[in-house]
Amino acid sequence: MRLELRGITKRFGTFTANDSIDLVVEPGQIHCLLGENGAGKSTLMNSLFGLYRPDEGQILVDGQEVHFRDPGDAMDAGIGMVHQHFMLVPVFTVAENVMLGHEHTKGAFLDIEAARAQVLELSHKYNLEVDPDALIEDLPVGVQQRVEIIKALVKDAQVLILDEPTAVLTPQETDELLEIIRGLKATGRSVVMISHKLREIKAVADIITVIRRGKVVGTALPTASETELAAAMVGRAVSLRVEKGAAQPRDVVLSVRGLTVRSATGQAVVDHVDLDVHGGEVVCVAGVQGNGQTELTQAIMGLEEFVTGSVTVKGQELVGRSTREVLDSGIGFVPEDRSHDGLVGPFSIAENMILDQYRQEPFAKGVRMKPSVIAANAEEKVAEFDVRTTGVQLSAGSLSGGNQQKVVLARELSKPVVSLFIACQPTRGVDVGAIEFIHRRVIAERDAGVAVLIVSTELDEVAALADRVVVMYRGKIVGIVPPDTPRGVLGLMMAGVPLEAALHSDAAHVGEDLAEAPLVVPAEAVEGVPVEPGEAAVVPGQPTAEQPLLGDRATTTPTTEEGGR
Amino acid sequence: MSTTELKTEVTAPVPEPRRRRAWVDQVLIYLLSFVLALVISAFLIAFADPDVRSALPYFFSQPMDTISAAWESVSEAYKALFSGSIINFSAYTVTDAIRPFTESLYTATSLILAGLAVALPFRAGLFNIGAQGQLILGAIVAGYIGFSWALPFPVHLLVAILGGMLAGSLWAGIAGLLKARTGAHEVIVTIMLNWIAIYLLQYLLTLDAFQRPGRDDPLSPPVAAEGRLPRILGEDFRLNLGFILALLAAWFIWWLLERSTIGFEFRAVGANPSAARTAGINVRRAVTGVMVVAGAMAGLAGMNQILGGSTEYALGNGIAGDIGFDAITVALLGRSTPLGVVLAGILMGALRAGGSTMQAATGTPIDIVLVVQSLIVLFIAAPPLVRKIFRLRAPKPE
Amino acid sequence: MALDTSAPPAPVEPEIQLPISYKAPITMGVLGVFALVVFGLMGDPAKTTTFDLTIGTEAFALPDVAVPSMAFSVVTAVLCLIVAGYALVRARSRRRVPWWAILAFGLAFILSFLSWVAAGKTLPVTGLLQGTILLSVPLIFGAQSGVLCERAGVVNIAIEGQLLAGAFMSAVVGSLTNNIWLGLLAAVVAGLLVAWVLAVFAVTYFVDQVIVGVVINTLVLGLTSFFYTAVLSQNVETWNSPPVMQRIAIPVLSDIPILGPVLFNQSLIVYLMYVLVAVVHVGLFRTRWGLRVRAVGEHPKAADTVGIDVNRVRFRNVLLGGMAAGLGGAFFTLGSVGAFGKAMTAGKGFIALAAMIFGRWSPLGAVGAALLFGFADQLQQVLSIIGTPIPSQFMLMAPYLATLFVVAGLAGRSRAPAADGVPYIKS
Repeated sequence: MRLELRGITKRFGTFTANDSIDLVVEPGQIHCLLGENGAGKSTLMNSLFGLYRPDEGQILVDGQEVHFRDPGDAMDAGIGMVHQHFMLVPVFTVAENVMLGHEHTKGAFLDIEAARAQVLELSHKYNLEVDPDALIEDLPVGVQQRVEIIKALVKDAQVLILDEPTAVLTPQETDELLEIIRGLKATGRSVVMISHKLREIKAVADIITVIRRGKVVGTALPTASETELAAAMVGRAVSLRVEKGAAQPRDVVLSVRGLTVRSATGQAVVDHVDLDVHGGEVVCVAGVQGNGQTELTQAIMGLEEFVTGSVTVKGQELVGRSTREVLDSGIGFVPEDRSHDGLVGPFSIAENMILDQYRQEPFAKGVRMKPSVIAANAEEKVAEFDVRTTGVQLSAGSLSGGNQQKVVLARELSKPVVSLFIACQPTRGVDVGAIEFIHRRVIAERDAGVAVLIVSTELDEVAALADRVVVMYRGKIVGIVPPDTPRGVLGLMMAGVPLEAALHSDAAHVGEDLAEAPLVVPAEAVEGVPVEPGEAAVVPGQPTAEQPLLGDRATTTPTTEEGGR
Repeated sequence: MSTTELKTEVTAPVPEPRRRRAWVDQVLIYLLSFVLALVISAFLIAFADPDVRSALPYFFSQPMDTISAAWESVSEAYKALFSGSIINFSAYTVTDAIRPFTESLYTATSLILAGLAVALPFRAGLFNIGAQGQLILGAIVAGYIGFSWALPFPVHLLVAILGGMLAGSLWAGIAGLLKARTGAHEVIVTIMLNWIAIYLLQYLLTLDAFQRPGRDDPLSPPVAAEGRLPRILGEDFRLNLGFILALLAAWFIWWLLERSTIGFEFRAVGANPSAARTAGINVRRAVTGVMVVAGAMAGLAGMNQILGGSTEYALGNGIAGDIGFDAITVALLGRSTPLGVVLAGILMGALRAGGSTMQAATGTPIDIVLVVQSLIVLFIAAPPLVRKIFRLRAPKPE
Repeated sequence: MALDTSAPPAPVEPEIQLPISYKAPITMGVLGVFALVVFGLMGDPAKTTTFDLTIGTEAFALPDVAVPSMAFSVVTAVLCLIVAGYALVRARSRRRVPWWAILAFGLAFILSFLSWVAAGKTLPVTGLLQGTILLSVPLIFGAQSGVLCERAGVVNIAIEGQLLAGAFMSAVVGSLTNNIWLGLLAAVVAGLLVAWVLAVFAVTYFVDQVIVGVVINTLVLGLTSFFYTAVLSQNVETWNSPPVMQRIAIPVLSDIPILGPVLFNQSLIVYLMYVLVAVVHVGLFRTRWGLRVRAVGEHPKAADTVGIDVNRVRFRNVLLGGMAAGLGGAFFTLGSVGAFGKAMTAGKGFIALAAMIFGRWSPLGAVGAALLFGFADQLQQVLSIIGTPIPSQFMLMAPYLATLFVVAGLAGRSRAPAADGVPYIKS
């Protein structure tokens, strides 16, 4: 089946998420959509899948124009989609989830047997091992993803859309998924994969379309270098490396000993963790999402219920203390999900700027709050942290993601006495300019002698910030390594392979897809070394003056080709 | 990739149709909702009128009979509603002329206080359906202090007021505590506590300590004169200190919410409990605290019911009326802000006061007031529907 | 490069586990001891309690059972404590207390109480149970309405209004036509109309579901009271004297001792109720419709992505729920006293809501809870006839207290449908 999108435009209010996008997916093709968070990839696919209705443009299936009013129409046309957030009912079994929407019935009743048989058949055929009777909520995410793929295949999808499918997978699980994708291609189906991870895309794509700020900025073949792709994705050469000197570690500030956190169901999500963070250093916790990193920080903050072990900050025991006491002991904390945990959306920016300091002087005296002081404080912080807003009395919910994050950072970084700064995914969903700003602020804190603990799933960020890297897997620390550890080694450690074994195994597999040289070009290479513009591998997309093509970026920022290619 | 079918984006500003500002739209929605509710109720009044119904069968032959009968019944009813709640133009003395409005304020007092008891929890993300029960508890304790203790004037009143507040706090505090500790849904818990309060009152009224001497029916002795709320416009008007108390209470709730750290916590917990928790706010304590303060407001309403004289200063099974439930309407109508609650309370008080006059004068049952008030709230809650009915455009987004 | 590999530390402290939830055993233990002391040891050893197991319509009658009050109370209270002990064992091994244990506990506790409260008297057990079913009827209809709505993700606080509307319309239409069937039909239509208002505001206009429900209750109360005063009470003969359903004994089945008269010698509306519960249960868990409804209530977006129109499913289920509750409303008039009275549902809709939550959003669980409430209500009436040591107000309070305990104690953790009360707004 040949799928074509012509001039798809989708607006949300005044914001144009997709701006006249063209895209062709040939049968049996793996077509990757590359773009940053918020570039409009998911919006485009949701329009294609009938979840959104595009404001303009056409969708053509085998040359015929189609109109999808809802996902049902899209599925009838042979399009299947695996969403970034799985669309599975947690309390249903695999078979029930797979049959939902096009149920087999025997008379008036559901025919659950037929659904089970179908699941088993497909799981054998495509090597998607899964138990049809298991409840979704009991399954690990990797298996849930297989259920999603089976769901699409049951409806005989000819085009399968995968939205950020590897975000929650380990590198090894990712390999398995890429294998599955190739298997699907072998049966003549086409796959549209959305990702911002260059290595995966290069490993599996037949063709790559790059989207930036809602527009197609070009298409490329997988032979294009990662540097070129990255530059196209963000619009200019990225310098994720922050200028920073060597760390000057001081005394231990945070000391974690034998920390264990259990979930409400009794599983140990953090398992006997020992960790020290010195003043004046940045320690990054790396790992695939959901391996206990978040819970580790939550436990330090007094936000977890079932905690044993010891956490001390400057010798003060924190386990058993309330979150307020922990905060008052001089800790800045940026939670992972800012809109959920970091901000009160309906509150004004000014109020959010003091969300965990509202009781303290000078914002309050006794129980009386001082609105004018609070507003003045907000004006000051908004200017200092470059929060783009028209007024501090506007609700925080009306800000963009990056600006929301700046509000949280401004609040947490400008507390009077901070000896420890903890940030989870500090740049998730934040645009590139803001990332640089945030990274600089974090390093500035470090240089001022603050102990910094960063949790990040993005290895690029880890590499940019860390003085030491802690790798976590299933609640345990696999190892603590320096930031220049090869990516392949980190990847294996993130899958639970101990450091020694990882080093060994990585050496044996150099040259394979996922064990390449680091994506990020060293800073010294980016600056100063002029290179040739992109080659034939890069095909121009829509040439417009303000959106330079892949080939044009060399004129604005010089980059280098990767060595050995 | 095909680049031939590119569309050039037109960014030239298209002149936008002139649209109303948001607050104008808000006021308009309120007014139109009120009008809609009155219109719908007018049909009901007309239909319930025997003259209209007897004229209806020959509507198509003599439509004017029906229409004039309907007009008469509706206009008479609404006239009575007005003169019973705002100004009575046909009165002979000034006192009688302005009495309706003071009666409206008098009726509004308990509604405002109980409305605050619902509005405050709304701001903290809690739905207090239990104002009724909290009000009953407040009335029981304030009443008991009022009729069985003997103290000098201001002290007696003050003690009774405090007692009522405390009782309401306690009753609501149970719901808050259960919500905070066990996660029990406050809607269910407060409904249950309402019923328990009703039967508790019934039981107490069978005891000698509460029974009026020489009577068998469930009625307490009257509150001592020292324990009654003094009238503020002279003995001709029932309006009393309770109304001033209600205004003070509204001001206090405003201050609490907008100017105090406690209110900051309440609002944060209501708007985003997990962010509040991350910011070090003790959510459980806030939930309990909100209910305790709300209960105090409901307790004050109960106090006003008994010490304000609406039941001849005696405790009976009907002491609470439906005020605890009307309070929900008041809170919704007032958008859960203290000023809004005061205004909504006065409106509802006026509807109630006018409704009694209407029932007495034209025989239109006062229950129509319930219909009017619930229709207003329904329409206000769904502005798109009102816009659709009146074919209005949406206001400019802020 | 200096690798600072942290060796996994040897666990020194004992493996921590989830804190054991002692809620159930403690609740049971306290109640058991209470029963033992108050009903048992403080009882009168000289008296006997007689349980009358017949009602007079059966083909053959069981003899009365007389037991020594105090001894029987003690024995059943001890039984309660044994079950509590079992619950403690289960809790210590972090397993849930099975439902049959809770049932056994409840039964033993009630028997212990009955034996004490009716000491020296005769307790008409069969009549008590027959009345229980009857008083449970509106609760069960209302609770099924709640299940239908909430399983699809719409909170239905308007059950009270639906019951009241059903009662009103069935009385009016029943009077005008003098036909029970048309009265029932009118009740269904009335419930449907009320539900339609709920659906329009809550599903179509995304207004807060709880608020709409509460306001609708006031609206229906206002409307029915208004018309009752203005029309019905003016001419009772024409407007408010509907026919009343008679008991229909099902041959053979109604002759079974105890159960026969309780279950199979009831009026039409009770049999309709059996059918409704069966249909809702089977429909919800065995059919395509039910699977989709549950998916919409748990994860509407997932349902949407497989082509299910979430808001249409919700709208339809709210209407179905309204019809069920409306039919239940007919019980108040056609099913019992005939004439409509102002605010005659008296909060039964809220009890039905509590029963649904108590029954964990399951059709059968809701029936169980509703029966419990009905039992408490009927017991109060029976006891007020035979005379009791407890003030009747406390008996009236009992179901509400029980709900409070259950909501706070046992069912605090029970899981509502994940999307319950959350409007589904597509972008």
